[in-house]
Amino acid sequence: MTTKPKTLSLKQRGLTNFEAMMWIFTRLSALAMYALILFALAGALMMGAREQMNLADVMRWAFMPNSTHVQSTDVPDLAPWSTPFWRLTASALLFVAVAHGVHGLVVIADDYITGENARRHVRLLSILMMTAMTLMGLYLIWTS
Amino acid sequence: MGLKRDVGLSAGLRYRGPSGYLAFILHRIGGLGMAIFITVHILASFVGGKTGAFFNNMYENWAFQIFIFFCTLFHAINGLRITVLDLFPKLLDYQNEAIWIEWAVFIPLFGISTFVIVSTALGG
Repeated sequence: MTTKPKTLSLKQRGLTNFEAMMWIFTRLSALAMYALILFALAGALMMGAREQMNLADVMRWAFMPNSTHVQSTDVPDLAPWSTPFWRLTASALLFVAVAHGVHGLVVIADDYITGENARRHVRLLSILMMTAMTLMGLYLIWTS
Repeated sequence: MGLKRDVGLSAGLRYRGPSGYLAFILHRIGGLGMAIFITVHILASFVGGKTGAFFNNMYENWAFQIFIFFCTLFHAINGLRITVLDLFPKLLDYQNEAIWIEWAVFIPLFGISTFVIVSTALGG
């Protein structure tokens, strides 16, 4: 078996079409989610999570820093957890995560749905789902 | 529109690749698990009321927490491997070593977390 060159640089691979842009977006949004989740985790520890929350609660807050996620814990006051600062962080995480997740669903669907017309429907559905999820998520974050 | 592959659903599901296949399929299961969970969770919170409470109480269950933590942690660690290897393609020669490192990170983290979640749930 001849060895294929597996080590093309990003430039040589040519990020020209939409699918290639989404390919790089998936990687970069993963890094962004790492940053946002670790940021929320650090914030929780600074606001007293070490004594007032258990591991599952801290995780729940870290993966989506929304004040309803700390309601059932021993946190005495929800006010510092529901500031515009944390709502903005949660919104940023929501945007990135929904786009990453919905694109992931399209990638999975493309593995099993191969018709050109069917793939167009998948894309239309994905845009609808992305819009609906983002709007509902934003509503929940800013009204909780 | 991506590559045109003449592979049907059943043939696609039966595919077994050489290396990294387990990581690939667990990444897919984890991603799907999270996507379904988050969709239902957002819908349930948005609808609220009794229906919403039913789903959101289900998520407080420790068994569900272990499942979703498996999905999340594996997807996150495997995703970091994919990201690092794809952004630094020279490292692709060390694919198998990267998968071993991944398991070496995943197993202790998941084991300790599962232990903590179960002992908290059982009142320890």
